[in-house]
Amino acid sequence: MSVLVYTETEDGKFKKAAFEVASYAKEVAGGDDVVAVSFNAADASELGQYGVSKVLNIQNDKLSKFNAEAYADALKQAAEKEGSKIVVVSQSANSKYLAPLLAVHLNAGYASNVMAAPESTDPFTVKRSAFTNKAFNFTKITTDVKIVGLSQNAFGLKENQGDATLEDFSPELKKGDFSVNVESVDKAKDKVTIADAEIVVSGGRGLKGPENWGMIEEMAEILGAATACSKPVSDMGWRPHSEHVGQTGKPVASNLYIAVGISGAIQHLAGINAAKTKVVINNDPEAPFFKAADYGVVGDAFEIVPKLNEKLKEFKAKNA
Amino acid sequence: MKILVCISHVPDTTSKINFTEGDSKFDTNGVNFVINPNDEFGLTRAMWFKEKQGASVDVVNVGGAETEPTLRKALAIGADNAIRVDTPATDGFQVAKQLAKVAKEGEYDLIIAGRESIDYNGGMVPGMLAALLDANFINTCISLEVEGDKATAIREIDGGKETLTASLPLVIGGQKGLVEESDLKIPNMRGIMQARKKPLNVVAAEEVSTQTEAVKFKKPAPKGDVKLVDPENLDELIDLLHNEAKAI
Repeated sequence: MSVLVYTETEDGKFKKAAFEVASYAKEVAGGDDVVAVSFNAADASELGQYGVSKVLNIQNDKLSKFNAEAYADALKQAAEKEGSKIVVVSQSANSKYLAPLLAVHLNAGYASNVMAAPESTDPFTVKRSAFTNKAFNFTKITTDVKIVGLSQNAFGLKENQGDATLEDFSPELKKGDFSVNVESVDKAKDKVTIADAEIVVSGGRGLKGPENWGMIEEMAEILGAATACSKPVSDMGWRPHSEHVGQTGKPVASNLYIAVGISGAIQHLAGINAAKTKVVINNDPEAPFFKAADYGVVGDAFEIVPKLNEKLKEFKAKNA
Repeated sequence: MKILVCISHVPDTTSKINFTEGDSKFDTNGVNFVINPNDEFGLTRAMWFKEKQGASVDVVNVGGAETEPTLRKALAIGADNAIRVDTPATDGFQVAKQLAKVAKEGEYDLIIAGRESIDYNGGMVPGMLAALLDANFINTCISLEVEGDKATAIREIDGGKETLTASLPLVIGGQKGLVEESDLKIPNMRGIMQARKKPLNVVAAEEVSTQTEAVKFKKPAPKGDVKLVDPENLDELIDLLHNEAKAI
């Protein structure tokens, strides 16, 4: 038996989530093999460091752009070829897109939003977040083949010194795999995404206008963080919708979330609860965010943030 | 165009989340239920198609009789017919199977479901439904146009967006952006009166075995109090983030 992982790449390079699902799979596999499926990776042998023993290395120009149906079909063929009983995927937008398709194709039970290594492997029970992080749902998967959707930053990276052998893999793709056609991709280059970020710096209505986002972007740059915003800010068009975090926006599961001028409406907090450490900077000491945060500074963001940025720069210079 | 909108009946955001029966079931006591927000964006977009391009809009839910007020609300917003598959929703696969039967029988061109429900957050039903129907599927959809049997959609991806085209029949995992919050309709009295007369068909469920089972729920440990840092002493904040939280 082997555990199969979908190791995501971006422009040929593995995403952090790829190493995280590999680390997780290694733990679940025990002594068994971890087999990765990679699409057009420049150097798939890198996965060896995270416990992968074999990579099904797909090099195919038709798959240069993510396509949920085609990727799901390739993963299905890989799982069948390897006889994998467990498939681990991340919870990136792309993985969440393909996992339910893969589940039906493999006749596999799928547990999404998994937060930790399995509670038990027989029965196979995993801890998942539910009710927008207000509860955990312990779910038993009862099918022979199982799919685990591992939440970002839930397990972390575990290095395992080892070598991965590369095997060329050419899945048979059908015409139907490409019936949803990707026409264009509009994506900021060289910018950390909210899904991948270790740190997210977020601004709210308290910043008074889009012209005041310079200090937020500066902090993000110093910390190597992604920028985000509250719902009113994206509704008013101050920031793009893709930065909106909260219940109806993007979920945040970073290690650190810094909220500036965000009062902390329940819908906002629902989306950022999974962040490990939360900091709030707000001039209203009664703002609900202070109840959800680990650290808080009460005061004027326009004074605090520039000062904090200077201090963070000094800190980074010393700890580089 | 025949549109089916899948409606999840969920506790509203402000609900207290508690569990009963040895933490094995969600406690619905005193909970106010609403149309799942991600579904409501899709329903509102469906109404737009109905008004501007001509379409029929059916809504469907898998659940017991207690979910009917939520379906009535969807009818009051403007859906033409409601269907309730009479069985408790147990897991994503079981719900998708029930919906697939309704979708097949109704021969819909476009099926819109929310990208996830705000209670269990599974995010499985739209994709599983598409796979069961062998229909095209676009997830996290923030814009949808249909011309003839061709759809053009924008999907939110990590760090940006993507434009996709697909032919109908198509299943959409929708979210905010399909319409804006300000476009959402609050049913008026006329809509509510009409909704009472519109058909709400209760159909028998198919025998489906589940693939997953929620065995237990648990609430996270209560969080400690916030540590306040003096705005004049931001070095302390950096020290706490570095040494205590190990976050920078």
